[in-house]
Amino acid sequence: MSRLLPFIGFMLLVGLFGFGIWWNTQHDQNAIPTPLLDKPAPAFNLPKLYEPTQMVSKVDLLGKPYLLNVFASWCIECGVEHPVLTAEGPTLGVQLVGYNYKDAPDDAKGWLAKHGNPYDLLIADEPGRTAIDFGVYGAPESFLIDAKGVIRYKHIGPLTPDVMAKELKPAIAAMLKEAP
Amino acid sequence: MTPELGQLALILALLLALAQSILPLVGAWRGNRALMAVARPAAAGQAVFVAMAFGILAWAFLRFDFSVQYVADNSNLALPWYYRIAAVWGAHEGSLLLWILILNVWTVALAAFSQKLPEVFASRVIAVMGLIAVGFLAFIIFTSNPFGRLLPMPGDGADLNPVLQDPGMTFHPPMLYMGYVGFSVAFAFSIAALLGGELEQAWVRWARPWTNVAWAFLTFGIVAGSWWAYAELGWGGWWFWDPVENASFMPWLVGVALIHAQAVTEKRGSLRAWTILLSIFAFSLSLLGTFLVRSGVLTSVHAFASDPRRGVFILAFLTIVVGGSLLLYALRAPKVLGGKPFQVVSRETALLISNLMFAVAAAMVLLGTLFPLIGDALNLGRISVGPPYFGFLFPLLMLPVVLLLPFGPFLRWGKGDAPVLKQLLLRAGIAAAACAIVAAFFVDGQPKAIAGVAALVWLTVGVLLYALKRWREMPRGRRYPAEMAGMLLAHLGVGVFVAGVLLSESLSVTRDVRMAPGETQHIGNYDFRFDGVHHTTGPNWTADQGVVTVTRNGSETTVMHPQKRTYPRGQVQTESAVDAGVTRDLYVALGEPMDANDVEGAWALRLYYKPFIRWIWAGGLLMMLGGLVCATDKRFRIKRSARAEAGAEAADGLQIQETRA
Amino acid sequence: MPMNPTRKRRLTIVLSILAAAAVAAVLVVLALQNNMNYLLTPSQVQSGEAASYNTFRLGGMVKAGSIQRSSDSLKVTFTVVDAGGVMPVEYTGILPDLFRDNQSVIATGHMDGARFVATEVLAKHDETYMPKELKDAMAKAHEGKQVKDAGNGESGMENR
Repeated sequence: MSRLLPFIGFMLLVGLFGFGIWWNTQHDQNAIPTPLLDKPAPAFNLPKLYEPTQMVSKVDLLGKPYLLNVFASWCIECGVEHPVLTAEGPTLGVQLVGYNYKDAPDDAKGWLAKHGNPYDLLIADEPGRTAIDFGVYGAPESFLIDAKGVIRYKHIGPLTPDVMAKELKPAIAAMLKEAP
Repeated sequence: MTPELGQLALILALLLALAQSILPLVGAWRGNRALMAVARPAAAGQAVFVAMAFGILAWAFLRFDFSVQYVADNSNLALPWYYRIAAVWGAHEGSLLLWILILNVWTVALAAFSQKLPEVFASRVIAVMGLIAVGFLAFIIFTSNPFGRLLPMPGDGADLNPVLQDPGMTFHPPMLYMGYVGFSVAFAFSIAALLGGELEQAWVRWARPWTNVAWAFLTFGIVAGSWWAYAELGWGGWWFWDPVENASFMPWLVGVALIHAQAVTEKRGSLRAWTILLSIFAFSLSLLGTFLVRSGVLTSVHAFASDPRRGVFILAFLTIVVGGSLLLYALRAPKVLGGKPFQVVSRETALLISNLMFAVAAAMVLLGTLFPLIGDALNLGRISVGPPYFGFLFPLLMLPVVLLLPFGPFLRWGKGDAPVLKQLLLRAGIAAAACAIVAAFFVDGQPKAIAGVAALVWLTVGVLLYALKRWREMPRGRRYPAEMAGMLLAHLGVGVFVAGVLLSESLSVTRDVRMAPGETQHIGNYDFRFDGVHHTTGPNWTADQGVVTVTRNGSETTVMHPQKRTYPRGQVQTESAVDAGVTRDLYVALGEPMDANDVEGAWALRLYYKPFIRWIWAGGLLMMLGGLVCATDKRFRIKRSARAEAGAEAADGLQIQETRA
Repeated sequence: MPMNPTRKRRLTIVLSILAAAAVAAVLVVLALQNNMNYLLTPSQVQSGEAASYNTFRLGGMVKAGSIQRSSDSLKVTFTVVDAGGVMPVEYTGILPDLFRDNQSVIATGHMDGARFVATEVLAKHDETYMPKELKDAMAKAHEGKQVKDAGNGESGMENR
């Protein structure tokens, strides 16, 4: 009956829209499970930011766990994350390795001079090719790598106090418990 | 202490709204007069408490009560008192409070002026208004409370968005809401008619003045918004087809169709389905518009993740209102969709065609506005629909309407009169063509401008010819009843509006240019001389103020003072200088200094010459006036005998005094 | 079977409505297709997603210190960034009031070699429409966390 048409038409639209929203919330994940979790970090060999003639490789860093923090001077969110890293970095109990991503060294150095340098070690990946091996999509991203060079935790986006407290620190604690 | 009273007032209002809706509906269903009689007092009570809540919020603003979060977010110590009042509806929560306040204004008016309507019907109408109030009050109380506290209380507030610190923006939302909310009355009438299974169309006659007034307010709100955008945003545009504007335009378009459908149904009994469905859609679009603009939740699918409460509530509310009314329609629509028959060439057909055009236009705008959302929901990417989509389709759809418009009054109900129509076509057509040819010389052959002149003449001559016909054929005192006068005014307004749009769009000149103090630019017949920039201050801002002297053939026309203001929170705002005129506007906006360190040196300036742009809003105002005048027609006032008349189950409908038209 | 006039009239009406509807549908689809603008972030453009579009919208944040104005014309160059990418932009004209360092911006235009030539630049910080869209685009491109608004409620079309 034609009188039902408007109602049916409308409910169809609502149904379509509602389905679309539901489907979207299912696929809209906040934490993408990285395929590299609990797998060895890729091999890398990158120059130091301040002494570009010196190279740092994955092997050099074995033996002590570290937090690899991908950042860049052009990355706005890194500016948000930086004070958090500076404040809480020393309390984490692991080394802080800064990974300067797709950045001109002068820009990076200027940015660090302005915002402070909390890192124990700074390496630079200007072309960004090694980052691809890490599955880095952009900045900021952080990887927790243990003494054996295995990626234990990855965070995409800025490290907020919330993330630090609820995710990173527990991950570090869990990792340190099993270390010999 | 008092803000909590505001919260309490809202809760009490909600309880009264529940009483106002449930009890009379039950009463109408059961024929229980005591329950039906609850409607008016409950409505009055609800209005009192809503007004109290609103007053308390306004008082909090006036007293600088920054312990209320909403006040702290939207005002500060430097904000002048009149903008502090406007700040009440400056953001989401407060504007919803304004909405429910205005709903109560309409409900109280309805309760007062419906005393002569049959009780069953009137109580249903008021009850439906109550249901709407329940929805909004619940939304406010549970998801958008304006009375939340901010502790510890800050010493100073943020600020009212500088864009809103303007007289135009102050009364634009209330006017718009008067329109949006006003459509709820037509909606309530339709629902009450469906509930009661009214066979006769008398109720449409009662609904007409309310609908016309609501539409007039909406027209004014849109005109005010467009004029404000032009004056304040600094880009010389008056319509951008952005979602916020479209949200108000869609109900307006459906409203136009509605007021015409109501006219047909009232006089001839036909198009009843249209009248009911259009009132449902007009109100639904009003609701959609309110939520689209005010909460922002509907514009991004992902926003559901961050604030699901509001989004879910809104969707549920919309689904219940629209789905429910459409279901009711399916179940209760008059089985006899009768009414007097009409031939292909008749006024009914003309109105049917134009209604179809308006409905399709509204659908087209809806599609374009929601398309980005759809694309988002289906993960097609972040799409936006550019103005050309709307700008191409809308004039196309309106063309048949413009062409048909002069014929409307000349066409008779039921069947047209060929010789009369032919004569009209010849006279108006030739006049339009002649003027178009003459205009072509003045506008350098610009097709849009020529079309604008042609449309203006076509429509105006059509209106004048009809007015003349009435003058000749009708006796004194019955020539121009209010309904007729309103129609003539509104249709005249259409002509003025179309002319304004086409002429200003095709003939305006925009120039972004770098000017050093002393330099001159020539646009149209005018010379704009930039006389440098100096510093100045206002109540809550500081500004760089430019001086631009405009001359014409050597004699000074005006001196303009465009500003670049800075507000306490660092926001920068362009205050353009506009020299308004009946046939043209001159418009100057400051861009930025060419050298940031030398504010007194050269600047980038935006200069506009905009012919006939005021006609756009003048046309809109004429339409608004037409709507208001129409509503005052004596025929719409309910006589004492209406009760008896409506009580009778006349399948044929009321005998309506029809002046020969 | 001869058709009576009422039927015939009805049929004509129905057919003409269908025809008109078909025409309308075609026009709408055409108009939509020609005027749909996709929003892409610099990282999406750099990974090649813009290749199939002539005109598109570039969304991101204005990199601090990158705004350079020409001294004798209205040409401006600046850099738009998001989490994973960088894009130089060129624009000739007057920029909107809200345009400054670290502001979210959406520019409409096309690619010219390695840089983006904008015909329109919008920095309207419209709480209810644009930043969410931009936020989502940037978040999607970076596959993850919601970008937090740097400021709140500046200017815009909020209260029309």
